[in-house]
Amino acid sequence: MAGKSQMLAAGLALIAITGCAPKQRLEDLPEPPRGSVNTQQSNLDANSPLPGSTADFLARVRSDRIYFDTDRSDIDGEDQAILASQAAWLQRFPNTRVTLEGHCDERGTRDYNIALGARRANAAKNFLAAQGVNPARVTTVSYGKERPEALGSDEESWARNRRAVTITLQ
Amino acid sequence: MTKLRLMIAAILCAVAPVAAVMAQATATAPAPTREIVEAVVDSEMTIAVPPLATPQPMETAAGNTEMLGRQIAAIIASDLDGSSAFKPVGPSGLRAINMAEVTAPAFGEWAGKNAENLVHGFVRANNDATLTVGCYLYDVSLKSELVRQGFVVGPRDWRRAAHKCADAIYARLSGESPFFDSRIAYIAETGPKGNRVKRLAIMDSDGANHRFITNGQALALTPRFSPDYKSILYLSYLGNRPRIFIYDIAAGKQRLVTESVNQTFSPRWSPDGKSILYSMAIGGNTDIYRISANGGVPQQLTNGPGIETGGSYSPDGTKIVFESDRSGSQQIYVMNADGSSQQRISFGAGSHATPEWSPRGDLIAFTRIGGGQFRVGVFTPAGNSERLLTSNWQDEAPTWSPNGRVIQFFRTAQGSGKTGVWQVDVTGAKERKIATPVDGSDPSWGPLLP
Repeated sequence: MAGKSQMLAAGLALIAITGCAPKQRLEDLPEPPRGSVNTQQSNLDANSPLPGSTADFLARVRSDRIYFDTDRSDIDGEDQAILASQAAWLQRFPNTRVTLEGHCDERGTRDYNIALGARRANAAKNFLAAQGVNPARVTTVSYGKERPEALGSDEESWARNRRAVTITLQ
Repeated sequence: MTKLRLMIAAILCAVAPVAAVMAQATATAPAPTREIVEAVVDSEMTIAVPPLATPQPMETAAGNTEMLGRQIAAIIASDLDGSSAFKPVGPSGLRAINMAEVTAPAFGEWAGKNAENLVHGFVRANNDATLTVGCYLYDVSLKSELVRQGFVVGPRDWRRAAHKCADAIYARLSGESPFFDSRIAYIAETGPKGNRVKRLAIMDSDGANHRFITNGQALALTPRFSPDYKSILYLSYLGNRPRIFIYDIAAGKQRLVTESVNQTFSPRWSPDGKSILYSMAIGGNTDIYRISANGGVPQQLTNGPGIETGGSYSPDGTKIVFESDRSGSQQIYVMNADGSSQQRISFGAGSHATPEWSPRGDLIAFTRIGGGQFRVGVFTPAGNSERLLTSNWQDEAPTWSPNGRVIQFFRTAQGSGKTGVWQVDVTGAKERKIATPVDGSDPSWGPLLP
């Protein structure tokens, strides 16, 4: 993808400065915009959510989403912890189905990004399956670059948009 | 008038159309260089396009014939301005001509205005509510007639008469096939960056006669006009299940191309409209398939763990150019139509994506990704003589004019994410934005209209 070498270079520079892996920058990012899901805030709700509901899922998992490096679909340690928490919840509510959405940043061509988003959603699905979640409960769909969540044209926004999001279906 | 132009005019008298001569000169050069591009620009022919005459001004369903004469001249001039070979002048700033001049131009006067070629014509309202548009082209210095054509059109098709006249002039002077009288399918975009509404839409090659096809409730992407213009193949997220549909324009109905639990996308017609290429992601792995336009059993053309997508047939239908990231980055490959003999052809700097085979077979257009830019480029079907035609933050998805001399693509703005349909001549000259009512992306150029 375009600017890949530049983006890698930026990532390497960051490692040199902070000693962190590129994806750990995500923790320093501003809160998601209004309307998007925030798992931490859900814990503060006065009314505790109905067990098995979407709100319950969001309250109990580490996150409903994992993030990817540019043009990659690898599941790293942080992603594994998040997906493991999702798998544990799904084991408790075996009748719940989920959709795994794969997304990309804007710096790719349209068709390729749809394929890349499919790769990412499937990587997450495979991890859930390895944790014992029946794959028949998991549907994947790729939106490519069509539904960015962060709206800037910068490294931080792109990092937030390269994601796989687990959505529970009631 | 330069010496070169005089010489070309003299050759034109002998027989050969001008651009054929220029093309020959280009072909004998070792490689396309910057100098050659500039030489072509230098030899732009000045064409005067005064308002068309009318026997008597009459009101028609398309407007007053005198007004139409001015509007048609403006369309002809605008069409010709999209080619690197021509420098049209008028109709504004030029005097209107009378009917007698249509067949007997005032050559001396036009020569005095440095016009090498001259377009004349007329608009006549017929008793059956149709319009007759006369179209004439003259060589000013030789005082000779090069084109004489008449088009009878319904009032709603008056712009087509202008495009057909421009096509006749373009073909006569350049030696190339015509292309202005053609249409574009594209995606009309509105709404915020995070939740764009994307509608299927169609328009003339110059952006006129715009029409929305879908209402925007379902995300629509990557349309392709069928070779007969009767239907549009596209990707719809209807019901959040992204699948490929064929939309029948006259019937206003659509049908699924293939039923699958897997996501299908990136649809393309074969040149004869009998087959459809598409991509399908199974377990995260995307490959290219072919299916009859009437349905049936799909044939898998690529396999392996990489992303294989896109796909564009050679004009004779025997080969397919596509993109794959099997090497580690998006690059362009050619295979036989049955999927055999896959060979990589892009080896230049950066990645190469969205290949589209020119309808005349000599070039493949693509998106080149690298250096922080997405640029539209071309190379030969063997991947040689790579040339980049645009330079911008994100230019993407080239589509060829029916004659393979002009490319449209879409440009995305950094930050806002706003999109627009753009056009560039295959030499890299004459880059311009196509006027659309709202933002536009994914243009797909159809064939010359019958």
